[in-house]
Amino acid sequence: MAQPQTMDQAAAPEAGAQQATDMTLSVFRGDATAGEEREYRVPVGPGMVVLDAVHWLQANVDSTIACRWNCKAARCGSCSADINGHPGLMCKTRLDDFVGQVVHVRPMRTFPIIKDLVTDVSWNYKVAKQIQPFTPAQPAPFVMYQRDVDRGQEFRRCIECFLCQNVCHVLREHSGMDRYFGPRFMIKIAELEMHPMDTADRVDLLAGGGGLGFCNITKCCQEVCPEHIHITDNAIIPLKERTADRYWDPIRRLFRRRRTG
Amino acid sequence: METGMDSIERFEYDVLVLGAGGAGLRAAIGAAQDGVRVAVICKSLLGKAHTVMAEGGVAAAMGNVDPADGWQTHFYDTMRSGHFINNYRTAEIFAKEAPDRVFELESWGALFDRTPEGKIMQRPFGAHTFRRLCHVGDRTGLELIRTLQYKGIHCGIDIFQEVTTTRLLKDGERVAGAIGYERESGRFLLWRAKAVVLATGGWGKVYKVTSNSWESTGDGAAIAYRADAELQDMEMVQFHPTGMVWPPGVRGILVTEGVRGEGGILVNAEGRRFMQDYDPKRMELSSRDVVARSIHKEVQAGRGTPHGGAWLDITHRGAEFIRRKLPNMYDQFLHLADIDITKTKFEVAPTIHYTMGGVRADPETCATNVPGLFAAGEVACGLHGANRLGGNSLSDLLVFGRRAGEAAREYAMGLTVLPGVDDGEVRLEQERVLRPFAVEAGENPYQLHAELQQVMGEHAGIARDGASLQAGLDKIMALQERAGRIGVSGSRMYNPGWHTALDVGNMLLLCEAIFRGALAREESRGAQWRTDHPDELEDFGRINFVEYRDGDTMRLKTYPVSPMPPELAALFASDVAPGLATAPAVGPAAGGRE
Amino acid sequence: MATPATVPAPQRAPKGWKLPWWVEPTATVVALGSFGLYSIWEVFFHTTGRFGNYLSPFFSPDVTAWGIHVIPAVWVVWVPLLFRASCYYYRKEYYRGFFADPAACARPERSRVYRGETRFPLSLNNLHRFMLYLAIVVILFLWDDTVRAFIFPNGFGVGLGSLIMLGNVILLSYYTFSCHAFRHLVGGGLDCFTCRARAVTRYGLWSRVSAWNSHHGQWAWISMFGVWATDVYIRLLISGVLHDPRLI
Ligand SMILES: Cc1cc2nc3c(=O)[nH]c(=O)nc-3n(C[C@H](O)[C@H](O)[C@H](O)COP(=O)(O)OP(=O)(O)OC[C@H]3O[C@@H](n4cnc5c(N)ncnc54)[C@H](O)[C@@H]3O)c2cc1C
Ligand code: SF4
Ligand code: SF4
Ligand code: FES
Ligand code: FES
Repeated sequence: MAQPQTMDQAAAPEAGAQQATDMTLSVFRGDATAGEEREYRVPVGPGMVVLDAVHWLQANVDSTIACRWNCKAARCGSCSADINGHPGLMCKTRLDDFVGQVVHVRPMRTFPIIKDLVTDVSWNYKVAKQIQPFTPAQPAPFVMYQRDVDRGQEFRRCIECFLCQNVCHVLREHSGMDRYFGPRFMIKIAELEMHPMDTADRVDLLAGGGGLGFCNITKCCQEVCPEHIHITDNAIIPLKERTADRYWDPIRRLFRRRRTG
Repeated sequence: METGMDSIERFEYDVLVLGAGGAGLRAAIGAAQDGVRVAVICKSLLGKAHTVMAEGGVAAAMGNVDPADGWQTHFYDTMRSGHFINNYRTAEIFAKEAPDRVFELESWGALFDRTPEGKIMQRPFGAHTFRRLCHVGDRTGLELIRTLQYKGIHCGIDIFQEVTTTRLLKDGERVAGAIGYERESGRFLLWRAKAVVLATGGWGKVYKVTSNSWESTGDGAAIAYRADAELQDMEMVQFHPTGMVWPPGVRGILVTEGVRGEGGILVNAEGRRFMQDYDPKRMELSSRDVVARSIHKEVQAGRGTPHGGAWLDITHRGAEFIRRKLPNMYDQFLHLADIDITKTKFEVAPTIHYTMGGVRADPETCATNVPGLFAAGEVACGLHGANRLGGNSLSDLLVFGRRAGEAAREYAMGLTVLPGVDDGEVRLEQERVLRPFAVEAGENPYQLHAELQQVMGEHAGIARDGASLQAGLDKIMALQERAGRIGVSGSRMYNPGWHTALDVGNMLLLCEAIFRGALAREESRGAQWRTDHPDELEDFGRINFVEYRDGDTMRLKTYPVSPMPPELAALFASDVAPGLATAPAVGPAAGGRE
Repeated sequence: MATPATVPAPQRAPKGWKLPWWVEPTATVVALGSFGLYSIWEVFFHTTGRFGNYLSPFFSPDVTAWGIHVIPAVWVVWVPLLFRASCYYYRKEYYRGFFADPAACARPERSRVYRGETRFPLSLNNLHRFMLYLAIVVILFLWDDTVRAFIFPNGFGVGLGSLIMLGNVILLSYYTFSCHAFRHLVGGGLDCFTCRARAVTRYGLWSRVSAWNSHHGQWAWISMFGVWATDVYIRLLISGVLHDPRLI
C-alpha cells in the first residue's frame, strides 16, 4: 500500500490505475420467466470490487438492476453470485482479477431467480427450522474451555452466504433439496453435535431427512466458502464417521450396548 | 377497503417488531411468550442486519479477567463517556443487567472466546476501565445475531423478510399497526397490532464515509417521528476513529477498535505516537470522540498520511497473534486493500459509526411518548448520551431489546381489542409510496443521496461551527424540496431506485434533525465539537434537545436531564473509577494502558 | 486531504494462475488409471516380489513363506486397495475424475438419478474404518520388512533399496495415520475434550492427527507414488536391469 519503501516502483503497473479504465460487465437481467445477460461499460478505479461496479450501474445507468447486499465488507453474506462461472461474494471479488476479460455476473444458479441478481433463498430458512436447537444440559454460565469451543467456533464463522449451498452439486445439479440439507446445515449440525453442553441427538436426522449420505465429499463447498471453513474435512466427514458409528459399526454397537446396558 | 388504489394483504398480531437486528430479535424473543402472537419485519434477509458487522465485542461487567470490575464501574464509564447527558437510570439498568443477557446468549448456543479457567474471555476497549468486552475474535456481532436468529426461529415468531415498513398506523393517540411493502414484488402489506417495537437501527448512511450497512437509513426514526414520537440528542453522531482509507472503494469500512484493544498504536506521518499529546493516560484507548478528533487535528496540521489519515500499527504483536485474534481484519485488508497487516502499518481515518440520538425511550420499559410504541437498540435514545462506549451497543440491544419486548407483550395483553385502522390513512400512504413512479423526468434518487451525503460531510462533520451548520441546514431544506420530485422508472419488482427514493426521504428528515440539534447545542460535548464554542458548558449538560413534529414543521424543545440520586452521584465524587483503587496490578495494563 | 499522487496504488498480489477446469479430473484419471493398470500387471504376472532382503510392498506380508504360491500378491493387495478405494480423499478424486460427479466445481453434470453414497455399493464406503484396521496391520508388516531391508547376509548395511523402502513406509504411515477415520477414532468422536481425564490425552492425539490430516490428500498421492517407485525399483533389481548400490 502507501508505503513507498516497500514498493517496487518499476513493478507497479497498477500505478496507472489511478485514472479509471473501462471494463465490460455482463450482467444477467431478467426474472423467473426469462432473461439474458446485458453488457455494460464500467469505469474501474483501484481496488474496485464487482459490487462497486453494480452500484455504479444502478446510480448512473439503470436504477432497476436488482442485487442484494448489506455490508460491502464480506460480513453479511448477502451479495452471493456466480461471477465468471465461479460462485463468490460480489463485495469480495476484485475487478482487477479480470483485467482484459468480460466479467459475467449471474445470479446463483441453484436458487430460483426473483429478479436480475436476486434469488429466492427461502428454502434455506425452512431447512434451518428442522434442526433441533441447542439443548443445554445445565443453565449458563458454563465452564467451557477454549479447546472445546474451537471446533464450534470455526463453524459459527458462517455468514450464511449460501455459496456452498449454491455450488453443492447435490442441490445445484440434482435438485436434491428434498433430500439433502446442504453443507451450510451440515456445519450447523456439526456445531451443535460437537458442543460440549448439548444433550440433543441429531445423528438419526443426519442419516434420515438430513441426507448426509447424498454428499459425496467432493469438497466444492469447502473450496468456495468465503470464510474458509473446512466444511468437508471438519464437519461433513466427522459427521459421516458419527453416523457410521451408529449404523455401520456392529462392534461399536455392541460396545455401546454393553456400556449402557 | 380495497378501493381501487392497490390491493393490500392484511395481518393481525399482538406485537409487531420492526427490525431483526440484535434489538429486534431479542425483543421478539421476549415478546413471544404466553401465546402472544409476534411478527418481525426486516428490510433484508434474516441474519443480515447491520448488527452482523459488529466486531469488537459486547460490554458486560462480569469481572472474568478483572475481578474488580462491577456494574458500578461500567455505569461510571458509560456516564462519563456520555458526558452526563445520558439517562442515568437507563445506564444503571444497563450496567446491572448486561452480564445476565450475555450468559443468556451462551445458554442459547453462543460460543465466546474463553479464559484459561473456562469462563468468557474479556478484552480491553477504549475508555472502559477494565477488560470488559466479551468477544469472539473480531466477529462478535455475527455470533450475537446468529444466536438470536436460531433461538428466534424456534420461538414461533413469524418473520417477514425483505419487507420495508413505511408508516406506523395510529388509532387516535395510540399505535395501531404498520404498513409496508414487499421488496421482491412491491406488494403492500398491512399489520394490525396492539403494540409495536421499533428496532430499526441507526442512520449512518447519511454520511458518505461510513462503516454502516445500506440498511442504516434511519427509517424507523423517521417513521416514528411522523407518528409523533420525539427524537432526542440527534446532534450526537459518533465518528469511529479508525476506518479504512484506501483504496477509495473501501473508504469508511471499519477497522475494529479491537486492533487498538489488542495493542495497536497510532502514529502520524512524522512517526510520532501522537496520542501522547492528547490523552497521555489512556493513549490509543481513549474514548472514540477524543481519538477521532486527535486524528482529525493531526491531518489538519499537515501531519496526515498520504490519503489523509493516521498510521495504525499492530505488527509488533506478531503474525500468529494477529491472525488468531483479528482474523477478519487480516483477511479484510489482504483481500480488499492488498495489505498484510502482520507486516506493515496501514492508514486509518475517522468514519461515521453510530448515531447516539434517536427516539426518546423510557428506561424501564422502553416506551416512547406514543402509547403502544416501544423503542430499543440504536434507534432509541437515552443510554449513550454524547458519546457511546465501544461494546456498549451490543449489550444495549440485549438489555433493552428484552425489556422492550416484554413491556410490549404486557401492554398488548392489557388490550382486549385491536386498535382500529383508518383506511383513508392507508390509502394516502400507498399514494405517497408510489408517487415516484408517477413523476416523469424527476430527480435521480441516487444523485440526491450523494448530495445529501456531501452536505453532511461538509457541514456536519467532526468539526462544526454555527455558520456552516446553518448553511448545511439550508442545503438540506433545499434537498427536501427536490426530494418531493424524485422519479423512478421500471416496475415495482425489486427496484433499487424506488427503494432508494423512499430511503432518501427518511434520511433528509434525520439530517434536518441533526442540524437543528447541532445548531442549538452551542457547546462542545462528546461527539459534538463546535469550533466556535469549544468548551463544555454546564448549562447544556443539564438538557437534552428534542425534535418533534408540528404539522409539517420540525420543532425543537428541551427536556431536563434527570439528576442522579445521591448514591449514584457519589460514584463520581473522586476522579478514580469505582473498583480501580482496589484493582490488582494485572488490571488493564494488558492493553498498554495506565 | 493530501494528494495521493506520490503514492503508488495498492499492489495486487498476482492471482494464482488458474488452470482450466478439466485439468484436475484428467490428471486424476491418468494417474489413478495408470497405477491401476500397472498394479494388475504386477499382481497377476509375477510370483514374487522378493530380492534378497528386500520385499516389494505389493507382496507384503510374504504369503509364499506361509506356503501360498498361487498369485501371491492377490492375497495381500486387496487390503491397501480397498483401504484406498474407501478413503475419503480418493473418493473425492474418483467421483470427480471417473464419475464426473461433479468433474469440477460449478460444472454442469449430465442429468440422471443421483444417489450419492446412500445405496449399495457406494454406501459400503461407510465401512472405511474396518479397512483402516487392516491397513494398520499391513503397516506393521511393512515396518518389519523395512527393518529387514537393513539386514544383509553379512549383517547391518544400507543399500539404496533399504532407503527407498524406509522412505516408502514412512510415507505410508503418514498416509494411514492421517486418515479421517483414525482422526475420529482417537478423539474426533468426543464432544468434550476436558470433561474426563482420559479425554485430555485423546485431545493431544486428536490435534496431532488433525494436523497430519489437513495434508491427507498430499499424503495420499505421495505415498501412492512411493509404493509405485519402490515396487518398480525392486522389480528392476529382480529382473537384473539395475544393480543395487550398497552405501554402507
Ligand atoms: C462495523 C461496525 C462494527 C461495530 N462494532 C460494534 C462492537 O464491537 N460492539 C458494539 O457494541 N457495537 C458495535 N457496533 C454498533 C452496533 O453493531 C449497532 O449499533 C447495532 O448492531 C444496532 O443494532 P440494532 O438492533 O439497533 O439495529 P440493526 O442491527 O441496524 O438492525 C436494524 C433492523 O431493522 C430493519 N429495518 C430497518 N429499516 C426498516 C424498515 N423500514 N422496515 C423494516 N425493517 C427495517 C433492518 O432490516 C434490520 O433488520 C458496530 C457497528 C458497525 C457498523
Ligand atoms: S462435499 Fe458434499 S456438501 Fe460439499 S459440495 Fe460436495 S457434495 Fe456438496
Ligand atoms: S459455510 Fe461458508 S459458504 Fe456456506 S454459507 Fe457459510 S460462509 Fe457461506
Ligand atoms: S455485501 Fe455483505 S457480504 Fe457482500
Ligand atoms: S485413508 Fe483417506 S480417509 Fe482414511
